[in-house]
Amino acid sequence: MTENKEYKVVGTRPIRHDGVDKVTGRALYGADFQIAGLLHGRVLRSPHAHARILSIDTSRAEALPGVKGVVTAADLPTAEDRIADLGEGAVNLKYLCDNIFASDKALYKGHAVAAVAATNPHIAEEACTLIDVEYEVLPPVLEVRQAMEPDAPLLHENIKTTSMGETAEEPSNVASHIQHKLGDPEKGFAEADIVIERDFVTGTVHQGYIEPHNATAHFNQDGQLTIWCSTQGAFTVREQVAEILQHPISKIKVVPMEIGGGFGGKISVYIKPVAALLAKKTGKPVKVLMSRTDVFEGTGPTPASYIRVKMGATKAGKITAAEAYLAFEAGAYPGSPVGPGAMCIFAPYNIENVIIDGYDVVVNKPKTAPYRAPGAPNAAFGSETVLDEIAEELGIDPLEIRLINAAKEGDRRADGPIHPRIGFIETVEAAKSHPHYTAPNGKKHHGRGIASGYWFNIGLESSVTINVNADGTINLIEGSTDIGGTRSSIAMQAAEVLDIPAESVNPSVVDTNSVGYTAVTGGSRTTYATGYAAYEAAQDVKRKMIERAAKLWEVDESNVQFADGVFSSINGKEEQISFRDLCGRLGETGGPVVGSGTVNPGGAGGAYATHIVDVVVDEETGKVEVLRYTAVQDAGKAIHPSYVEGQIQGGAVQGIGWALNEEYIYNDEGEMTNASFLDYRMPTCLDLPMIDAVIVEVPNPGHPYGVRGVGEVPIVPPMAAIANAIYDAIGIRMTELPMSPNRLLKAMGKI
Amino acid sequence: MARKSHVQTTINGETVEFLCESRQSLLEVLRDELHLTGAKEGCNNGNCGACSVILDGRLVNSCLVLGVETEGKSVETIEGVAEPDKLHPIQDAFLENAALQCGICTPGFIMSTKALLDQNPNPTEHEIRYWLAGNLCRCTGYDKIVRAVQDAAESM
Repeated sequence: MTENKEYKVVGTRPIRHDGVDKVTGRALYGADFQIAGLLHGRVLRSPHAHARILSIDTSRAEALPGVKGVVTAADLPTAEDRIADLGEGAVNLKYLCDNIFASDKALYKGHAVAAVAATNPHIAEEACTLIDVEYEVLPPVLEVRQAMEPDAPLLHENIKTTSMGETAEEPSNVASHIQHKLGDPEKGFAEADIVIERDFVTGTVHQGYIEPHNATAHFNQDGQLTIWCSTQGAFTVREQVAEILQHPISKIKVVPMEIGGGFGGKISVYIKPVAALLAKKTGKPVKVLMSRTDVFEGTGPTPASYIRVKMGATKAGKITAAEAYLAFEAGAYPGSPVGPGAMCIFAPYNIENVIIDGYDVVVNKPKTAPYRAPGAPNAAFGSETVLDEIAEELGIDPLEIRLINAAKEGDRRADGPIHPRIGFIETVEAAKSHPHYTAPNGKKHHGRGIASGYWFNIGLESSVTINVNADGTINLIEGSTDIGGTRSSIAMQAAEVLDIPAESVNPSVVDTNSVGYTAVTGGSRTTYATGYAAYEAAQDVKRKMIERAAKLWEVDESNVQFADGVFSSINGKEEQISFRDLCGRLGETGGPVVGSGTVNPGGAGGAYATHIVDVVVDEETGKVEVLRYTAVQDAGKAIHPSYVEGQIQGGAVQGIGWALNEEYIYNDEGEMTNASFLDYRMPTCLDLPMIDAVIVEVPNPGHPYGVRGVGEVPIVPPMAAIANAIYDAIGIRMTELPMSPNRLLKAMGKI
Repeated sequence: MARKSHVQTTINGETVEFLCESRQSLLEVLRDELHLTGAKEGCNNGNCGACSVILDGRLVNSCLVLGVETEGKSVETIEGVAEPDKLHPIQDAFLENAALQCGICTPGFIMSTKALLDQNPNPTEHEIRYWLAGNLCRCTGYDKIVRAVQDAAESM
């Protein structure tokens, strides 16, 4: 269904619609929301990584002047141990509630225990120190392999491993085991001329969005609850809060404010139900803001993992078999992204014999949350490093070995699905011919590495309404919060249909009472699925406008066509009217025109990326500097190329941070010792070169303009690409992330 | 409740008076007392630069300055950068280069850029990166931000 034609708006680079608001400081983010009579909330968090809560006494806090209310787990409705589908997949309700406020046990340092509303934030903070909590401290379990030991301390007495439909007898920290198997791996390895097997360890890393979580709630006497917040999905907030508070969704309105980054971390709710509980208790609107430390310690990072990858290949470079063992830390409650990791690990390649085992393991760390292609970067660090080693051993160029094995349309992924039209080969070819790859690279301690990555992308539900204005412009109403310029990439798709400039579309992101259901801004789905809904809504407008022109000219609708922004009659009468002029005549032809589009598309189409990186390793300090970076990616069709490049560059740089610096550093008591931006060292602009983003366009047949999601896959290749570059520079294979100076010095035998 | 002090200062060229507790930071005063919410709180301890403002010509993190310290001083915030009828060239350059995604760090980057270009109108790429290293952006990878600053310097 992809249209093969030149576009007028799609593929251009207009100024984003919300741009002026965002460069003048006028755009209102969650924390900027103000309302009369506002109280301020703060959350008390567990100082222990693992402890039984024996008692909570809030009386001293309640007595502090200025304190208006204190809430704990006792204020939550008793949660059932049942599974609810909450937009981001199945969630166990008891775990969801226990993550809002610890009830029986605190399962990580930073686990919320109580919250206070007061007349100002300082009083609320002071009151938190007056809440007396009696803990029985328990030994923490802090690492996935330790947690899997049979004698490891248990986080949950009721978790028993489910494996291929069976549930174990004894409780365990291993919540589940999954397996994908294709062909005959044993036979495949027997056919190999070379087999390489390596272990990999990755640390816990945070999304690192600059805006902390925030929520303001107001609870009317009639039960009407309004929540103003920054979130990746207003409807998902509505669903989660409804379940947690056992309050009907029809009585909850979520108003999405501007959002200061998310990357997957602003889907789960943390303080939104807390603000609602405090508002209910005090009868006043309550604003709850997290501190940066709260964000690190109390929200979901992406998991640390232990990974083992084994691959076999013939002398000619054909992979004959691949095996992976993935053990992911879920954090305090089950639900790590080991599933997606298992789906993605070998997805760039067409391999006949594959076995992948995945384990979801609870540990005393914050419950993990999605982070950009969740699970896939950990997995690719292993598989893309092993493939590099095989290429090197066989004397085959690393891009060439990828071409030899590249998956294409019709090939089967190890977890089942058949690939639709994909653009992996095109990204490798583009990397091969890029001047970066052909540039000289031979200086001492300089190295070049490449790696590829896959992310499947998702579709899900989106709704768009278009109201036609008398001056030939349209107002576009949508439910996808705009994290990176999607107002424009969505508006442009409607503009293309109606043949109007991008600037003639006024996009608005509205609350949950004002637009149809729309799933999260996540899964690289927004430009794809909400853009698709905008396309459908614009088609609806076009149909209705054709009806109006027909009415005006007293001809049959089949005698009206729309081309180049003009409606014209065919078969006889020679009438013409521009879109703009017809917009001015809607009153006389039947009243306003409103178009709508709703979708739940299945053809998201996978995205592939291939990255090239040059590094230099400082032999004395162990510091790795990135000198040059090129990221090639199949975007299907780039609606607004500047913001596609932005996604690629931003994802690559998050990957560089993950590769070289970022990790949660824990002490033996399970306390994160680097819970600030100073010590959790994300890349600054001084750490980086320009990032050359190369867009390849292999149109996705599942979208009218060929769009593929672009947001997530760019974070998949960087860790392996940098590890491969470090090997090229100093001849040492790094298998643990981050590849920080101390790890490099250890690997080089310097310390 | 802590006693409040009376402070008179200049903000974006206008004389402003406010009451604040001595423990309140300039960031808190700007946001909560004066409703100038363009300066953002990302960390509240001087590591992210999202609250950058210019105080008597010097770039500061407003979370590390107390409100009472601004007595008799002059503060420039993001709200004072544009002209009534047109954007500042730095703002235009950020828009034209698509140098923002979520936009939460953007006011801080624009204030930092303004402070840089006020004292060094023709910075090299390295000087730009060195100067802006106190501002964190998690969305863009900085490429388009650096290019926007280069373009702004050229157009001013």
